[in-house]
Amino acid sequence: MLTNLSRIIKFGFQRFTRNGWLSTITIAIMFLALIVFGGVNIFNVLSKTALNSIQDRIDISVFFKKETSEDEILKVQSIIKNLPEVKSTEYISRDKALEIFKEQHKDDETISQAIEQVGENPLLASINIKAYDPKQYQMIASFLSGDEFKNDIEKISYDERSANMIDRLIKIIDTTTLFGLIVTAFLTLLAVLVTFTAIGLVIYSSRDEIAIMRLVGSSNFFTSGPYIVEGIIYGLIAAILSTLVLWPIVYFASPYVKVFIPEMNLRQYFTSHFFVILLQQILFGIAVGIIASAIAVRKYLRT
Amino acid sequence: MIVFQNITKIYRANGNETYALDDVTFRINPKEFVSLVGRSGAGKSTLIKLLIGEEKPDRGRIIFGSYDVNKLEPKELPSLRRHVGVVFQDFKLLPNKNAYENVAFALEVAGRPEEEIREFVPKILELVGLKDKMNNFPKELSGGEMQRVAIARALIHNPDVLVADEPTGNLDPITSQEIIRLLLTINEMGTTVILATHNKDIINNLERRVILLENGKIIRDEEKGKYILM
Repeated sequence: MLTNLSRIIKFGFQRFTRNGWLSTITIAIMFLALIVFGGVNIFNVLSKTALNSIQDRIDISVFFKKETSEDEILKVQSIIKNLPEVKSTEYISRDKALEIFKEQHKDDETISQAIEQVGENPLLASINIKAYDPKQYQMIASFLSGDEFKNDIEKISYDERSANMIDRLIKIIDTTTLFGLIVTAFLTLLAVLVTFTAIGLVIYSSRDEIAIMRLVGSSNFFTSGPYIVEGIIYGLIAAILSTLVLWPIVYFASPYVKVFIPEMNLRQYFTSHFFVILLQQILFGIAVGIIASAIAVRKYLRT
Repeated sequence: MIVFQNITKIYRANGNETYALDDVTFRINPKEFVSLVGRSGAGKSTLIKLLIGEEKPDRGRIIFGSYDVNKLEPKELPSLRRHVGVVFQDFKLLPNKNAYENVAFALEVAGRPEEEIREFVPKILELVGLKDKMNNFPKELSGGEMQRVAIARALIHNPDVLVADEPTGNLDPITSQEIIRLLLTINEMGTTVILATHNKDIINNLERRVILLENGKIIRDEEKGKYILM
């Protein structure tokens, strides 16, 4: 068994090196397919970051009456925090709210003067709420509008306008996710089909050779083995090359991506995830190489 | 011992039936040299394809040693084919392997050890007169040399039977004679040889058993036969 396996590997390498042009062309085609596959994965990371960034900007605030004590507010905060839909909460006291307001309007003298003239702090304490899913804000808002909190809460920043805006954002997120899935599925399928065709042609050109191997008593395992090894070599080389080529592309694209998605440092992402991306490319390349070769050879093993 | 018993093989295409072999019965004894002769399409190559399990007969039975050939499962065929050495008109060499590797391949697929391969392959290439061209690829060899490599490959297993299907079809008369002399030597060393050909001159000089086929039927079967067309 071990002898057979080592012979199969030897024959696979022999085929690969002795069919120089065919190997080069097949690797070139698989390389392009893997660039598409790698590009799709990066696109998915980008769209996920962009959507997370949009989702992160959505929140609702609950404003408390002036007379509500801090203890009461913290009690409400702990109730909200315990809701399974709530991702995070942030308490902003009246003083902190004033501080933030002043900081935001420090260049606007009219507002600064108006605040000073009022004398006391006109702002209300609030809790800022972020949900896991934007669709849950409506439910959180209606929970807080209940009688239990009527005496403490002045208002909730979830009116029809903000509801509509959140609704629109939800639709954008859903559509983008669906579009991303369709594009991923389509381009991955394209990469797979292109590779299948390329390897299918290599094996079609070797059909006489397969018949000869069978005639001299080669078993199916021994006949198909070298072609599968060849497919693995194609996949491995194409995967390594495609990852190396993706690197400079990512390097140059990174500043442009940052303009659209400020949270995304593509360069840093690619560097820190280099080996994961490489492994992903290699696994995809090798898997497609093996499956394509096995299916293509099977056709010629029937006699 | 090889027995063809009431073999019928029909090829069907576009609703038409062609009888390639029609109720053919004969036997070949060990160490015999048998020539199958007849025009193109007489059924010679079909008989060979049936013997190595490349095709199945519509009726009848083929016995080869302990094998009931047409009852073999596809996975059992490699084992049968290691007992039969086959030589074809178009040589059927692996183009990306040199002469040594082509011959060694037949042993490698059978899982034989490297030491044995390194010992036997040069010897058999020497027997067919190609020791100096072991490292040449098929495209670097002449037709006669390629056929010698094919014969070496067929013999490397020390098969019970060597089947040669039109082995001289692509060769000039002098090279053809050399190949036939080589087949006779192999036969004298104890291997049964089945030679399928339509080359009259070769058969008439052999003075061995001749089975004449025509339209899928055996017309004549003579111990020291000649190739006489009816």
